[in-house]
Amino acid sequence: MTDRHITEEDLHSFVDCRLDGQRSETVRAYLAAHPEKAETIAGYSTDRQMLRDALQPVADAPIPPALDVRRMLEARRRRDTTPWRLPIAASIALAVGLGGGWLMRGAALPPQNGVAALSREATDNYRVYAYDANRPVEIAATDETKLVRWVSNRLQRPVVAPNLGKAGFRLIGGRLVTTPHGPAAMFLYDGTQGQRLAVMIRPMAVDKPTRMFEHGDDGLGDVSWADKGMGYSLVGPASAQELHPLADEVRRELRQAI
Amino acid sequence: MQDAIGLIEPNIPALRRYAYGLLRDEADADDLVQDCLERAVSKWRQRRADGNVRTWLFSILHNLAVSRFRQIRRRGSNVALEDAPLSALTAAPVQEDAIRHGELLRALARLSEDQRSVLLLVSVEDLSYAEAAGVLGVPVGTVMSRLSRARAALRKLMDGQVSEASRPALRIIQ
Repeated sequence: MTDRHITEEDLHSFVDCRLDGQRSETVRAYLAAHPEKAETIAGYSTDRQMLRDALQPVADAPIPPALDVRRMLEARRRRDTTPWRLPIAASIALAVGLGGGWLMRGAALPPQNGVAALSREATDNYRVYAYDANRPVEIAATDETKLVRWVSNRLQRPVVAPNLGKAGFRLIGGRLVTTPHGPAAMFLYDGTQGQRLAVMIRPMAVDKPTRMFEHGDDGLGDVSWADKGMGYSLVGPASAQELHPLADEVRRELRQAI
Repeated sequence: MQDAIGLIEPNIPALRRYAYGLLRDEADADDLVQDCLERAVSKWRQRRADGNVRTWLFSILHNLAVSRFRQIRRRGSNVALEDAPLSALTAAPVQEDAIRHGELLRALARLSEDQRSVLLLVSVEDLSYAEAAGVLGVPVGTVMSRLSRARAALRKLMDGQVSEASRPALRIIQ
């Protein structure tokens, strides 16, 4: 007989209509021979069908707006993109609230004027041009006269290229660079060990001599000052303290020259 | 994420049906489905790309249902599930069917949660025994034994109700 081959799983699979034709026939034959079992299985089948019918209206009902996946995705996207807006707005409010954003200077609200602005402009231009392998300067030191005439014309001020020879730095040339305050002259110098320094010069909006302003950031140092309406900044791959004596020397030399 | 919409949406009717079958309360069921969908959306990238979205969704829904049951037990529900009124949704237009469906759903509510979920997943949602085992997090053998006990228990309850309702005309007229 086939009895011993019929398992509990077979009977449930039969109720769930999951048996292939041949296996289904085998179960049918078994049930025909076991009327009591057949009655139970018929009851299971009825219950199954009734349960499906009873719950089908739930699946057929219109889906409420709360279960709209598209809307959930959009809400999620908004949530994902919102958080960064808040801290920035908050930090601006904080900076304004603290009066001119003293805490944020150099970070969220860069200096707009004075030698601090000059210092930042010099550092930015240094990063762009000083390590340009092909063309760090527009006019080479061999044409120093031409270079000086060019930048002086553009700045509408007499400009000279400081001589850093005593400190072991040789002028390699210079160029015009841009700043929010108009054009500036930048001269580049090479040291004996390949270090490169820059001196940036531009007219200042306010003619007010300043003390030396030291600034250092990310491996670069700079010392900036203003004298006789012109702003100067010395930038190099050293700390501002290390550059300071050289900056003093440059200032002394320029005072004599102009 | 556009694929998420296309793959999740077709399963919502079945998820609602399963949740209602488990909880027998429309609002509760839809709350559960909403939680399930939000979770699915947020975990969409973490799911196995080759996995079955339908069974993945049922797993999320089932786990939420289990914690919901735990919550209900802690709070002590004042309305026993089998005494809760039936949803208008399940009241079929044909009166006789409606009564029988009502009896069946009340009987279903008297089964244990384990038996109810296995019965719904296999009998109504057409999950294979292996898929149901995956959703419930139990071995296939456990699914089989629970299914067997659930069907026997439901049959017994229905038999009792049928014999009890051997004077159906009187009860309906009352």
